[in-house]
Amino acid sequence: MSAARPVTWRGWLLTETPSSRRQAAWGRRYRMWLAFSSNPVAMLGLVLTVLLFLCAAAAPLLATHDPAAQDLANRLAKPTAAHWFGTDELGRDVYSRVMYGSRVTLGMVLAVVLTAGPVGLAIGCMAGYFGGWADRVLMRVTDIFLAFPRLILALAFVAAIRPGITSTVAAIALTAWPPIARLARAETLTIRNTDYIAAMRLTGAGPFRIILRHVAPLCLDSLIVRVTLDMSAIILTAAALGFLGMGVQPPSPEWGAMVATARRFILEQWWVPTIPGLAIFVAALAFNLLGDGVRDVLDPKQR
Amino acid sequence: MSRSGWVRSLGATSSSVLVTLFGLILITFLIGRVMPIDPVIAIVGDHAPPDVIERVRVELALDRPLPVQFWIYVRNLLHGDLGRSVMTSNTVLADIGHFFPATMELATVAILGATLVGVPLGVLAAVRQGHRIDHIVRVVCLTGQSVPIFLLGLLALLVFYATLGWAPGTGRQDVIYQGDVAPMTGLLTVDALIAGNWDALWDALAHLVLPASVLAYFSMAYITRMTRSFMLEALHGEYIITARAKGLSPLRVIWRHAFGNIAVRLVTVLALTYAGLLEGAVVTETIFSWPGLGQYLTVSLLNADMNAVLGATLIIGMTYLALNLGADLLYRLLDPRAQ
Repeated sequence: MSAARPVTWRGWLLTETPSSRRQAAWGRRYRMWLAFSSNPVAMLGLVLTVLLFLCAAAAPLLATHDPAAQDLANRLAKPTAAHWFGTDELGRDVYSRVMYGSRVTLGMVLAVVLTAGPVGLAIGCMAGYFGGWADRVLMRVTDIFLAFPRLILALAFVAAIRPGITSTVAAIALTAWPPIARLARAETLTIRNTDYIAAMRLTGAGPFRIILRHVAPLCLDSLIVRVTLDMSAIILTAAALGFLGMGVQPPSPEWGAMVATARRFILEQWWVPTIPGLAIFVAALAFNLLGDGVRDVLDPKQR
Repeated sequence: MSRSGWVRSLGATSSSVLVTLFGLILITFLIGRVMPIDPVIAIVGDHAPPDVIERVRVELALDRPLPVQFWIYVRNLLHGDLGRSVMTSNTVLADIGHFFPATMELATVAILGATLVGVPLGVLAAVRQGHRIDHIVRVVCLTGQSVPIFLLGLLALLVFYATLGWAPGTGRQDVIYQGDVAPMTGLLTVDALIAGNWDALWDALAHLVLPASVLAYFSMAYITRMTRSFMLEALHGEYIITARAKGLSPLRVIWRHAFGNIAVRLVTVLALTYAGLLEGAVVTETIFSWPGLGQYLTVSLLNADMNAVLGATLIIGMTYLALNLGADLLYRLLDPRAQ
């Protein structure tokens, strides 16, 4: 490395002549970050998302009460200094329950993404790379799952097992992988016949090695965009399942279930069902804003 | 594409639809078989003597191998037999025939509203890209995509029914009009119109406004976004520059030239949104006690009424599939480039 290294980190990252692959990769990431951070709406999404994760991580510290502690003498109280968001029909502190609820919701979102993402990616890449019969069969299966409206398939699936957090995650993951698979297949089709893949094949690399090391990583950009935007849909589906009594079951502080149990108080103590509903809204909004920003950076064509 | 090519692609589409339909039926069947509810116990009750249980089990063919059971299930389906609902003791098909029009009515009014507001809003946002109105539209859309529909429904009831008293309460019609209009289509507004019963028509419309608006907001967000992005693309076309250079009025350029070009793609989006409304309808109907298919599905779920759940799921899946197919066909018919 004979070229003089620029003094600042910024200069090192933004140089037009990177001297190593690592420098080029980090430079690319830094430019993306610059584009992302210049978008105030996207930054709002990022801040909200980070706050959500902080709430989930620090729920025991942030909560003022035990989320399960009942106080029947103090039911449906208005927001006060002692109970910031009031109390619910069993006298439990709504603020503490909302804080703990972020753990349930974010946990479910992550679980869905971590199952549906890799499955969708694997199926889509295989269908696109192998083509022919494998493609036809895999895409037909994908189409069948896409033929159900999401919430309906999830409802029927949860009914088939038993309502609860695991079945909610499984049901939503079942409806979340098909669009990812379609996307990964479309990306793979554009990569499959390129020269560098042919070169890999000539060096004797097996199909699975090529898919795993050379095709899948190139699908990641559009996958990340799709998944981030999908996270708000996952939150809303999970909340709807909870609301319909088919998701996470009370007394767990799941936001949708909290709205459902407090629903009958909407006309008198409107804040009891409204506050967990607003929490769902903020969480879904955060991921929508973040997803929009990420898309503008990673996939400017779709803007 | 030549005429025979068109026919061939239609054949490919319909065969793929048949396979999807088969998969739909298979999945519903499998969900029914792994359910923790014993269908025999659900019919005869917990305390039935063992020989009765055994007889019903044989009657329902539950003693036969799974592929045979599936064959019987498909055969019954082809005869329009979805089984009997334990809860209502009617056949599931009759129940669905009873509840489906209410959902149709709600979803149709919602999509009309969403289109009438969403499309002009999207066009406006695209024409004024980057201006204040574009940002406002973006916020309105993001809110619509992020707000849980049940929160919106509850707040709408709180504000417009309880506080302002502008809208009637939940349900499809006022008690005093119940049974007033002879059911013909099952769509209350149409039935009232046919009967010439203006009071009942007004009542039915008043009950529709709130749930339909809530449902419409949910889909309007999507319609607006798609319209905006299609319009932006169209407005950057060279033919638009030409049209402007010719000195055509801006309104004519926007609506006749740019919008005329995206209208076909927009129809596809609308058909898909209409299908998506089925999902929103489940939650909306629960909030507004709307006696539609969505409420039928959730009540059956909570009562573990297996035949009803599977029947409703299958019918919703088939409607969804039909609407998707309709969107595809419309696109091919209307857009000369696709032919």
